[in-house]
Amino acid sequence: MKNKMIDIRQAISGIGDGATIMVGGFGSPGTPFTLIDALVEYGSKNLTLIKNDANEAHIGISKLLESGQVSRLITSHLGLNRHAIDKMKNEEIDVEFVPQGMLAERIRCKGVGLPAFLSKIGLDTEITASESLTTIDGEVYKVERAIQADFALIHAEVADRYGNLRYNATAMNFNPLMAMAAKQVIVETANCSEDALAPDAIHTPGIFVDQLCIMNNLSKSYQLMEHHIHV
Amino acid sequence: MSENKPITRLLQRAALELWDGCYVNLGIGLPSQVLGFVDPNIFPFIHSENGVLGIGQQAPREQMNPMLIDAGGAYVSTVNGASFFDSAISFGMIRSQRLDLCMLGAFEVDASGDLANWKIPGKFIPGIGGAMELAQSTKKLIVLTTHQDKYGVSKIKKTCTLPLTAKHCVNRIISDCAVIDVTEQGLLVREIAEGLSKAQLIEITDAELHFADDIREF
Repeated sequence: MKNKMIDIRQAISGIGDGATIMVGGFGSPGTPFTLIDALVEYGSKNLTLIKNDANEAHIGISKLLESGQVSRLITSHLGLNRHAIDKMKNEEIDVEFVPQGMLAERIRCKGVGLPAFLSKIGLDTEITASESLTTIDGEVYKVERAIQADFALIHAEVADRYGNLRYNATAMNFNPLMAMAAKQVIVETANCSEDALAPDAIHTPGIFVDQLCIMNNLSKSYQLMEHHIHV
Repeated sequence: MSENKPITRLLQRAALELWDGCYVNLGIGLPSQVLGFVDPNIFPFIHSENGVLGIGQQAPREQMNPMLIDAGGAYVSTVNGASFFDSAISFGMIRSQRLDLCMLGAFEVDASGDLANWKIPGKFIPGIGGAMELAQSTKKLIVLTTHQDKYGVSKIKKTCTLPLTAKHCVNRIISDCAVIDVTEQGLLVREIAEGLSKAQLIEITDAELHFADDIREF
């Protein structure tokens, strides 16, 4: 069996300038902070990132935005990150906004081997260009194309050495979709099970996982964020 | 929880729209505060688009899980019968109209039920999030909004001026001043805030208003 275990720096060193990278996470849960920190350190430039949101200032992919490594961001929302909004306003990064469910489904589409799907979401809004429309049985639809990437950076709660993954609560979000959609899938986890995970407890089957990085220390980013606690 | 009386009245009124066992998404802003006003004998299933159905109240600190948030980033608990799922399934639920109800905030809402709540060109461009799908796909969409913005301008318009989230999507508007249904004949005021006259409501509303025969105070 191929050994999927790899050192984090070694895994990240495969990401060259100009790469397109899917990054899991909705807010902090599911964001692969350790892989992102390694990518900041490695310094690849001119990256295209695909992530639901831009995290918050100074954590997660915001570090990549702040270090000037990102030229393009495909996202649904970046309202919690003033750095990202400023960089978009100053045209330092090119931002494409995609409705959140369309982003998820376009990623899933690639992951299940389909080139595109049809939808009516956003049809009457400024995000829909007329050239993306088609008519079937008299109904107008927008053609939503699959999104692919060179890499996916994934955070899993638990893995086994076969690359099978489980996620914790709302840390699932985009992770299992992105794990199916990228050419090279790099997973971080703090918990690698000696035993194989139970087959009926697996969220992402190991066939989708190329590289598995074990984290020995979890940074503060994985802990509760004090400014989100209102008790 | 808001100390602001008109907002409290709005939230209390909005909470009456929920029923035991209903599946509902409460958007960021005013809608996410509704849960605090729901009758404790009623157990709605709160959907959050980041991948959970069955959100409970905010978790006590010692039980907070950094990996369990709602779409607004609050550390929540889950209720009995809750489930977690990925973002594609979450929006599959929304688009296939499994949710009974959705409450969203608004920058503007108009007499034909159009909603603008994602972008103020040149000023505020945070992105779309899940708003377009929630607005367009939910069986019943209720907009919760202050009647006027902080400059005293009516948010309930003849026609929206800002980029739309979705057309003809709003069924009901609950403001601090009125409960208004969007009908084919235009906006129909069902309930009016205690102490407010019809003339006063018309004065502060940009859109044309009709009044139900059985109009009530709230």
